[in-house]
Order: sequence, then C-alpha cells, then structure tokens
Amino acid sequence: MKKSVILGALTVAGLAASAAVAGTMDDVKARGKLNCGVTTGLVGFAAPDANGEWQGFDVGVCRAVAAAVLGDPKAVEFVPTTGKTRFTALASGEIDMLARNTTWTFSRDVDLKFEFTGINYYDGQGFMVPKDLGVGSAKDLDGATVCIQTGTTTELNLADFFRSNNISYEPVPIETNAEAQQQYLAGACDVYTTDASGLAATRATFEDPSAHVVLPEIVSKEPLGPLVRHGDNDWGDVVRWSLNALIAAEELGVTSANIAELSAAPTNNPEVNRLLGTEGNLGEMLGLDAEWAKRAIMAGGNYGELFEKNIGENTPIGLARGLNAQWKNGGLIYTPPFR
Amino acid sequence: MSDQSIAFVRHETLPPSPPPASETGIVKWMRENLFSSVTNSILTLAALYTVYSILSGSMPWILGGIWQAPSLQACREILAGDSAGCFAVLTERWHQLIFGFKYPQEAYWRPTLAFVLLIVAVAPVLFANLPRRMLILTGLYPFIGFWLIWGGTIMAPLMGLVGFIVAYIVFQRLERSSFAMGVLGGLVAAIIVWTLGGYVSDAMSGFLALEQIPSRDMGGFMLNIILGTVCVSLSLPIGILLALGRQSNMPIIKIICVVFIEFIRGVPLITLLFVANVVLAYFLPPGTTFDLILRVIIMITMFSSAYIAEVIRGGLAALPRGQYEAGDSLGLDYAQSMRLIILPQALKISIPGIVNVAVGLFKDTTLVSVISMFDLVGMIRGPILASTEWNGVYWELFGFASLLFFIICYGISQYSQWLERQLATDHR
Amino acid sequence: MTSINDPKPESFQLSQLMNDTRYRSYTFQFIALIVLFFLVGYLYLNLVENLRTAGLDISYEFLGEPAGYDINQRLVEYNSQSSHWRASVVGVLNTLLVAFVGCILATIFGVTAGVLRLSNNWIVAKLMAVYVEIFRNVPVLIWILIINAIFLIALPQPKAFKSRGGNPPEAEMLWDSFAFTGRGIYAPKPVFETGSWVVVAVFILSIIGVFAYRRYAKFALYNHGRDLPRGWPSIAILFVPAILAYFVMGSPIGLEYPQLKGFNFKGGIWARGSFVALTFALAIYTGAFIAENVRAGILAISKGQTEAAAALGIRPGRIMSLVILPQALRVIIPPMISNFLNLTKNSSLAIAVGYMDITGTLGGITLNQTGRAIEAILLLMAFYLAISLGISAIMNVYNNSIKLKER
Repeated sequence: MKKSVILGALTVAGLAASAAVAGTMDDVKARGKLNCGVTTGLVGFAAPDANGEWQGFDVGVCRAVAAAVLGDPKAVEFVPTTGKTRFTALASGEIDMLARNTTWTFSRDVDLKFEFTGINYYDGQGFMVPKDLGVGSAKDLDGATVCIQTGTTTELNLADFFRSNNISYEPVPIETNAEAQQQYLAGACDVYTTDASGLAATRATFEDPSAHVVLPEIVSKEPLGPLVRHGDNDWGDVVRWSLNALIAAEELGVTSANIAELSAAPTNNPEVNRLLGTEGNLGEMLGLDAEWAKRAIMAGGNYGELFEKNIGENTPIGLARGLNAQWKNGGLIYTPPFR
Repeated sequence: MSDQSIAFVRHETLPPSPPPASETGIVKWMRENLFSSVTNSILTLAALYTVYSILSGSMPWILGGIWQAPSLQACREILAGDSAGCFAVLTERWHQLIFGFKYPQEAYWRPTLAFVLLIVAVAPVLFANLPRRMLILTGLYPFIGFWLIWGGTIMAPLMGLVGFIVAYIVFQRLERSSFAMGVLGGLVAAIIVWTLGGYVSDAMSGFLALEQIPSRDMGGFMLNIILGTVCVSLSLPIGILLALGRQSNMPIIKIICVVFIEFIRGVPLITLLFVANVVLAYFLPPGTTFDLILRVIIMITMFSSAYIAEVIRGGLAALPRGQYEAGDSLGLDYAQSMRLIILPQALKISIPGIVNVAVGLFKDTTLVSVISMFDLVGMIRGPILASTEWNGVYWELFGFASLLFFIICYGISQYSQWLERQLATDHR
Repeated sequence: MTSINDPKPESFQLSQLMNDTRYRSYTFQFIALIVLFFLVGYLYLNLVENLRTAGLDISYEFLGEPAGYDINQRLVEYNSQSSHWRASVVGVLNTLLVAFVGCILATIFGVTAGVLRLSNNWIVAKLMAVYVEIFRNVPVLIWILIINAIFLIALPQPKAFKSRGGNPPEAEMLWDSFAFTGRGIYAPKPVFETGSWVVVAVFILSIIGVFAYRRYAKFALYNHGRDLPRGWPSIAILFVPAILAYFVMGSPIGLEYPQLKGFNFKGGIWARGSFVALTFALAIYTGAFIAENVRAGILAISKGQTEAAAALGIRPGRIMSLVILPQALRVIIPPMISNFLNLTKNSSLAIAVGYMDITGTLGGITLNQTGRAIEAILLLMAFYLAISLGISAIMNVYNNSIKLKER
C-alpha cells in the first residue's frame, strides 16, 4: 500500500511539473527578456566589448528578435555557450534560441531535434598558413600539423578532406580561438583551420597579417544560422521571419536611416508596406503587433548594415560579402516573399 | 741572575683574538650552509645559476613593462621591438578581471565592502584570541554578504535570518523531549517563516533596496571568491553530517554516505561541472529556470562536502575511544554526546585539514572557466584574449592571475601551518 | 506491586519508534530510504519527462557509429572511420599514459624536492621551499596553461632546424639524434633486426642476474657479516654480457634517427608537445604536494633514530636508506596515493592543451558530434570512478603489506 502511495505522489509531482510547459513565446513575453545563446567570444560574431556590451553579427540577430517580440533590443540575456553546452542549453530550455555560428547539418536538424530558422552567414572551412611556408594549396599539406578549434564540425570536415585526398596530417585540437591562434603563431602547427570568416577575423588581429595567407580551398559548406527547439513552431516562425525581415529590408532598400520615413505612411511598394506593417496583417499572423519588423530592423539596421558594422570590409575583420551578398548581387542571401 | 731566572710573564690577559676568518660571520655561515662538501658546493652553484637565469630573464621584462596603452598594437609601438611586458592590459581591463564584464561599475563598492566584511567575519573563527562578540558578525555575515552582492530588498535576507532564529528557538523548546523532534520542529518552523517572509519581502520590495544584480552577471576574481566562500561554508555542515553518517552504526545510512563520498571523490571535479552544465537540466522539472551559477554551486558543494567529510572522519577517528565511552557513561544520548563532547574536539583537530581542503577548492574554482563561465581564468581565456585589442597578451594576464591566487592561497596555508603548530601538543 | 509498573513486554506503542533507542535507528533508516527513493524517483521522472518533450532517448548505439574525427596520439589502431567506442578506448589509453608517466615524474620531483628541502645547504633548501609554495598555491589549470606556453615559446619549431638560403639553421639537434621542439621531443628509436632476440634475451637474463646477486649479497651480509660491494658489480652484470652479445651477433640492433622531412621530423620516437607539457605540468604540480609529504614523513622519524644508527657506525647514506626511509615510507605512502589519484583526476584538464584524453574524446568531440550528453558523461564518470577505486584498492593492498607488523 505504501508503495502505491509513493508512486502516486511521484506521478502527481511529474504531472505538476509537465503542466508548467508553455509556448516559448509566452515564456519570453512573461519573462520580459530573451535568453539567447552565443559563443564565449568570437570577435565580429559575438563578443563582449570593453564595456561589457555584447557586440557582433550573431548578437544583432538576437537583438532583432528581442526587438520584434519585446519591443526592446536591449531585453536580451546573452548566455555564453561552448560547443559542448550549446545544444543542451537549448534542449533544456535554458535558452530560447541559439545564435552561435552553428552549422546547419542533417543530424543536428533531425537527430538532435532542433529547427534551423534560416541562414545568416554562408561560411566554409578554410586553411591559413604562414607565407614563408611556401604552400599554395591545401593538397600540399601532406604531413603537416594542423590546429583545429574543437567543438564544431571542423574536425569532421578536416578528417574527410584529408582522407579523400589520401594525405596524412597531425591534428592538434584546441578549445578556444585565442589559444589556437597562440599555438599557430608560436609555430606549434603549420596550418590553422576553421571557418573562413573566423580565419579572416583571426588574421586581422595578427601583428603582421601580411605574413599569413588563407589558402584558396574551401573544404566544406558551413551554412550558419540561428536555431530553436523542435516542436514549437510558433516561436520558430518568429525567429525565422525576424531574420528574413532583416534580409528583406536590405533587398527592399529599407535601412535604419530611412525606416522612420518609410513606415510613417504607406509607400508605393506594397512589399515594403507589408513588411513595415502599414499594409496587411503579417504581424498579427505571427502573434505580434504590426510594427514588429520595423523594430527588428531598427534594432541594428538591415542585414547589410549589420554585416558592414560587425564583419564588413571596414572593420578589422574585413570580410567581403561574397556568398553573403543579396541574390540580386550574385550572392545566396535570399528571403521568401513577405505576403 | 734574577734577570735570567725570571721568565717573561704576562701581567694582563691578552684580548681574545678574533676567530680565523674562515670561522666567523658570513664566511663561516657560507662554509657551513653552502659549501660544506663538494656535492653541496655543486648544488649551491647550480642553485645560484638557476636563480640568476630566472631573474635575468624575467626582471628586465617586468621592470621595462608598459602600464599605459590602449591596445597590444600600441604597446608594441611604444616598445619598438624591445621585449618587455605589456601590463597595460591589467590597468585597462582590471575591472573585468576582478568583477567580470557585466557587474555594474557603480556597484563595485558592494562586493569590495562584502569582501572586507568577509575578512572581519572570518577572523574570530580563525583566531581564538579575538573577542568572542565578533562572532555575532560572523553569524550575520551570510545575510549581509548576500544583500550586498546580489542586491534587492534587505527584507529577503532579513526574513532568511528570522527563519533561522525562529527555527533555533523552536529547536531549543522541543529539544528537551527529543533531539530529532527538535530538528524536525525547527525545520518546519523555518519553512513556515520563509514562506511567509517571501510574501513580506515581495510586498516590501522597495525597502532598503540595492540594485538587484542577477548572478550570471558575476565574473572575474569575484566569482572565484564567491564560489569558494559559499561552497566551503555550505559544505561544512553537510560534511559533518556525512562524516557522522559514515561513522554511524546504522547500516543503510552508512552505505548511503559511503557511496556518496566515494563516488564524489572518485570522479574529477570537471565531470561534475559538466553534469551541472550539460546534464543537470534534464533532471529538473521542465521549465525550471535554474541559473548556471546555482547549479555550479550545488555541484562544487557536493564535491567539497565529500572531501571535508573525509577530513572530519579522520578527526573523529583520531579521538581516543575513551571520549566516546565517557559520553555514554554520563548517560548522554547520541546527539548530546556528539554535540557536547565529540564534535567540538574532532572539529578542532580537523581545522588544518579543512583549511587545506578549502584552499584546494578555491583553486579548483578556476575549472568553471571550462564550462563557459567567466571567472578570472575564463575572463582571460574568453573575452580578453578574444578581443581585437588584447589578442596575444599571455604572460601578463596569467602572471597576474597566478599572483592573485598565490597571495590568497599562500596566506591561508600559512595560517593553517600556524594553527597546526598551535594545536600541536606533543613537544618533540 | 512492582509488577504494575512494569511495561507489558508485548505492547508496542508508536512513540517507541521515536523514543526507544532499540527502534529509533530503524525509523531513521526507514526515513532515509524513503527520502532517497523519492529523490531518485523524482529525478528519474523528470528525466523521462524532459526526454519525452525533447523527443530524445537514452541509447548507447552512438558508440558503434563511425567517429569521423582523427586523434593525433593513438596507442592502438584508430582512424576517422573507427567507432566512437574505439575513440573512447584511445582516449582511455592516453589518460592512463599521462597518469602513469606523470605519477613517476611527480614522485621523482617530489622526493627530490622533499629531501633537498631538508638539506643543510641553505640556498638549495630555500629554493625548494619556493618551488613547493609557488606550485602548491596556484591553480593547476593556470600551471597547465603557463607550462604549455613556455614549451611552445622556449623551444624551437621544426622549421628552425632547416637551413635556409645558405644560413646555418637556427637550432641544431642534440648529438644529431635528439630534437627538442615545440611540437614535442624526438629521440632515436631502436630497430630490431634478425638475431636481436639473443641480445634482448641476454639482457633479460642479466636483469635476473642482478637480482640474484643482490639477494646473495644480502644473504652474505646477514649470515656471514661480509659486506659485498653492490654498486659496480650490479652495473657490470647488467651491461657487460649484453654488450658482448651485441657485438658477437654483429650489431643486430640499429637506431632509427628522427629526420626533418617536410613539415615535421619523421622517424624515431616522438613524445608530442601536448603530452610533454601536460605530463610535466601535472607532475611538477603534484610533485610540490609530494615534496611536502616526503618532508613531513622524514621529519616524523625522531632524531634518535638517526643518532642511534650513527652510533652503530652506519654511514650517512645508509642511514637514510636503511633506517629513515623504511620508517618514513609508512607515513609517506598514504597521502602519496591520494596525490596520485589527484594527478589522474587532474589529467582531465588535458583539453586545455589539446591532448586527447578520455575527456577530450568521449567527453569532448564525441559528445559534441553526437549530442549524447547524458550517456557520454555517465560513461566518463564510470571510467574515472573505476580508475580511482582500482588505484585505491591496489594501493591499500600495498599499504597493508608495509604496515607495522604488530604482535
């Protein structure tokens, strides 16, 4: 008899606990803050500056979502995650979304039960070598010592690349970008490999950047994007379309400079009107108000502005748009229509 | 004749001549302490060479260091090719190193004051000759410290304190009938007071309130100190209970304690931190928001309580059997004899061991940097080394971190050695 | 009349569960069991619920799938197509290797520093005190990072051994056979050709011979009072036959020297930089603790023992080895065991220098790639627990064997 009482009590505890689960959007609104998972520090994508403010391209996405949902781009709690902890943090509900240059792969999407809500940066894994090594191609790297940043898809791509080209190498796994850089500069490895954007960012901080070259080979596809938990489609839609709004804004010429003017009254372009909420009821469909996209864009500018401000050619990182140009300019950045 | 027979006799004593140069002063000291044999001389020379090469390598680097520069590039320009430290990173980022990057600057006085008070509060525990009245501050400190560091209304820690006081009064009332009843009654009373107090402090949330600072904003060396202090103080009572449980003659309780202690001591702290960071969330009710620092505190407390339990068990075992028997023969029950006879003595002889565990634990708090928390080491390895300005500054930062830890840990271990000498009763 | 006050023996009141010492312990244990049961059940139900909402399950099938990543130091056959299980085994062996070498080195450092700290040479004693205090009072993680950085920067990289444009190379190999580089230490490797087994066999026989000779010397000393020399005959027995056999068989054992080819040295034995740095850092850190144990152990032997031995006319070196150390060992061994265990557990910080131990493979890349956090961490803990309990068990047996035999 005693046993059944205990089991009963346990069941009640379990039920009470499960009743507490609600939609992520309601949670975020009730909390008044968006918990956004970011990296522990990768300049240009997400890193706290000298004043402790998080800055970067991924951070911009978090802020846009917070602005769309909560009306305040500052209402974000940035949760630093490592490669190891990011998925658990998301799965367990510690964070509402993950914007940590995470590669969209089949197994993460399907097996780990996450939902990628778009791609904010098309990346690929590259190699950097000192110029005086005299290496012109990654295929010349037979027997080289390669520094890898662990916790990413990098080590898998590397193994695949060297295996398919049938050349040997010596991997040196390193936890943080800063330490990998130190090892590379000290000469403990001949090659440093990570995403090409990361390589550019790293090279920019060297004492003498011109002494290092990034090899032409890009050995993998790394579509990076924000992701949310499987199963909460409403919340997934909000994150997806907040990102799309930034992309659409650039395509339609809506910038943080002219957005006030464009949203004051309906313009001649119906898609701009729908995006900014002066026409139609897209915001309502998402469960937000009409000005959601306007706020998202005002948070840090449109996609192009975010790019230029954080990782563009005028920043120390100095990345060209390349694949990340709008589809009209020969890039891959493309949003489904707002209608 | 007399001239011949009288030998020369000295009338006054000669002043003692100084000992040979080789038997006095610095020379003698050197002969005895440095060059007493061939092996010794070789050792001395080797040691001198080591000291010389370390100093000649590091001193110019330290003395020629740059203390004012906005970034590493600027530092390198000032140095113009010379090799010297760029300590500007310390002056530029000291607040991040000490307080983390999110703790509000205008509130830095709060943890500083809390730290000073901590020293005052701990002093009477460590030094028995200080006035006993200072122990009142020690008792109040957890609440003051909490209020200062986390902020919010003072009602919350006040209610916590009231809960403890009520619990103690109830315990004293009920203790006469049975110790267990006393503990139970005290627990129930405390829970009632805390629940009621929760409403009170919610209602009076503006009363004497400091700006509330969430715990994930803590960082830097402050985080190491908070983790170290909180976990050691929480693990003391748990450690005592575990040690008593392990010594008890109730088989089930003994087994539970042994398994817990051996399990915790058998795995590295880092795996427990992984559990806190990666796994623990799965074991909590869905939707619980339980921030990382709290989960880490739970895990580190479990870790250190197992070690402290072993130290205290050593103390319990070191007590002569007669003390236990004396308690029994006076007709004291288990709780009384433990509380009045055994534990005071056992704890006293375990203090040096406990202090050693505390030092080890304080050093181990740096491991939280591996699970993406920004303590001192995490701050260095994360935001500072990743920033464009200070990318590549290495020795200066880690030297600074080692120095901070060294000062505190060396101080504590000196105290522990002093205490050991105080406690040593055998005069060998 | 008295019988009225006697309690009825068969009557049992509920309050006795609380107040009667005979039953109270059952009550407490029962409560403890219930609480434990509730706690475990609660955690388990939460786990089930959380996994259900996340759509995950607990399964160890991932261990059979190809790992897909490479590991630099592998003591058993492994490539990126091997399974995650295989990767874990590689990690386990790497952990054990670091722990084993680290413990030996730590003992050497610790005993040396502990004995020298008691030396009557002032400067050496002070230097050792400084070493002990500095290393004991700074976190091991910081030491691992610092020592790794020192190895990286102080030692030349392989390309410094290359001569460029007619300039002599910046660094040279030691005796053309050892290379100390930031990527590791390279040494010649013996190559066994036909006939080499004779040399090896002779050498093994010599080792047995040394033991036999030492036994005989001890026997001669105790039974006949003849003090035979032990040092030089042992060395002679050990090496002379083997060297003779080596030349008789026509030098069958050659050396393979490391040579700079392409990016790295090839051939020879190679201890990787990360391994060297981690082992050294752990050893020197743990050595500081062992030094303190050794010092305490020696100080625990009363001065009378030394004086008594001296009065018997025993030479100073023998006083240490015959009188002091055997007694001191009883004090030194137990804390030494826990230091070895700490070293093994601290080796889990290997990932900070990029050494692929079990925490780096199973608890690192495997966990990242498969997302199987619970399973991986459970296995990881089980492994460390097994090692810890194993070492303590072995050491306890040893400890019992050297315990004072009391009548």
